[in-house]
Amino acid sequence: MIRVTLPPHLRKLSHVDGEVELDVEGRVTQRSVLDALEARYPMLRGTIRDHVTQKRRAFVRFFACGEDLSHESPDTPLPEAVATGAEPFMIVGAIAGG
Amino acid sequence: MSGVRVLVGTRKGAFLLTSDGKRERWDISGPHFAGWELYHLKGSPADAKRIYASQSSGWFGQIIQRSDDGGKTWQQPGIPPGEPTTTPDGMPKGESNKFVYDTSSETGKPLTTHQWYDGTPHPWEFKRVWHLEPALDDPDTVYAGVEDAALFRSTDAGKSWRELAGLRGHGSGDKWAPGAGGMCLHTILLDPSNPNRMFTAISSAGAFRTDDGGKTWQPINRGLHSLYIPNPTAEIGHCVHRIAMHRSRPGVLFMQKHWDVMRTDDAGESWHEISGNLPTDFGFVIDVHAHEPDTIYVVPIKSDSEHFPPDGKLRVYRSRAGGNEWEALTKGLPQSDCYVNVLRDAMAVDSLDKCGVYFGTTGGQVYASADAGDTWAPIVRDLPAVVSVEVQTLP
Repeated sequence: MIRVTLPPHLRKLSHVDGEVELDVEGRVTQRSVLDALEARYPMLRGTIRDHVTQKRRAFVRFFACGEDLSHESPDTPLPEAVATGAEPFMIVGAIAGG
Repeated sequence: MSGVRVLVGTRKGAFLLTSDGKRERWDISGPHFAGWELYHLKGSPADAKRIYASQSSGWFGQIIQRSDDGGKTWQQPGIPPGEPTTTPDGMPKGESNKFVYDTSSETGKPLTTHQWYDGTPHPWEFKRVWHLEPALDDPDTVYAGVEDAALFRSTDAGKSWRELAGLRGHGSGDKWAPGAGGMCLHTILLDPSNPNRMFTAISSAGAFRTDDGGKTWQPINRGLHSLYIPNPTAEIGHCVHRIAMHRSRPGVLFMQKHWDVMRTDDAGESWHEISGNLPTDFGFVIDVHAHEPDTIYVVPIKSDSEHFPPDGKLRVYRSRAGGNEWEALTKGLPQSDCYVNVLRDAMAVDSLDKCGVYFGTTGGQVYASADAGDTWAPIVRDLPAVVSVEVQTLP
């Protein structure tokens, strides 16, 4: 079970409270986690990564286990603690003014 | 008794203001989509319960919202939560917030760059929907004007969008450049007498017309004179802020340009200036009285850098002569120390008798006049900065 935290606007958009728990088949990477997230919550497609290029939106960042993973390859395996559900994969809106 | 519903888009959410035909007491609903920018909301002329809304954020991009019950509840058109986003053979299903520029060879010339502020080529990048224009006769068909400038259409109630690529591909698209607010397609006018005719306006490219339902387009900027571009009478490059039409006379258009208030009597073939005695001919909004096609309204703004009313007096100007002769409408509006702006999509009229006129300000006020502009009163005073105002006249 993969745990994902969303920023408040995206929690509201997807009608969830607290963390999201996802089953991810195969390797646990940014791409596989986001694929599973968007399959569960299709209203999030386009809000975290571009529809076409699949690149992370500029003001969205990814963290886990105290590390900034925003600039990692989307196919790099996420930390073991994320894959086991011990730590959440955090999707964060950049602090960039009101 | 008939009534009105005013749809207000702000920098931090949407608000719906409703009243009966007297337009004296108002119910306020909102904020809807709190914290998001609502560039535009508009109801379908064919079904007053159908409302489309453009919700966006610099962080999370573009969302399309739709209401089928007059704004009581909202949904993102398309896939219910829990359903896969792809078909069994892996193709993506329609997604209501997906706007992808068409560069296919069949429907338009591949067009990948426009001009940046400094004249260098810049990739076309989708940012947001500025304006939603529901079709006149079909609540499931709606047009979207977007930044970077392009026109999209949905025929399935907002579930999926396809670009009308003939506009960007008509020949001048690679020379379009953004205005201060971005390169936005902000005006979409549908000709009620001719389903194949449509007008659009882009800041800062100019005005365009199609006579074949959006397949092909031509610039319609002859007569515009813009001193801020190298060739003041160029075919494109004019910073059009807003165009308005009266449905009984769709060949006559009124334009508030970056500077100059303009008019055409031949569907854009030629324009002439009608600024007349306005205190300044800069401004953003322009609209036409619902029952008098030669009565038009503007809100003069002091200049293109100050962006507030002259002398700190918020005045709507009305011409009953189709331009040139203007009277200031001030009753009920602040006449000292007022330094708000009125943005391009923030004025609308209802079709009651007498015609109601509405506008919103960057200071968060929405003003209404139930007597065609003679007197004004604020419906609300303290909303977030108002970006757009539309009105539905309810049966």
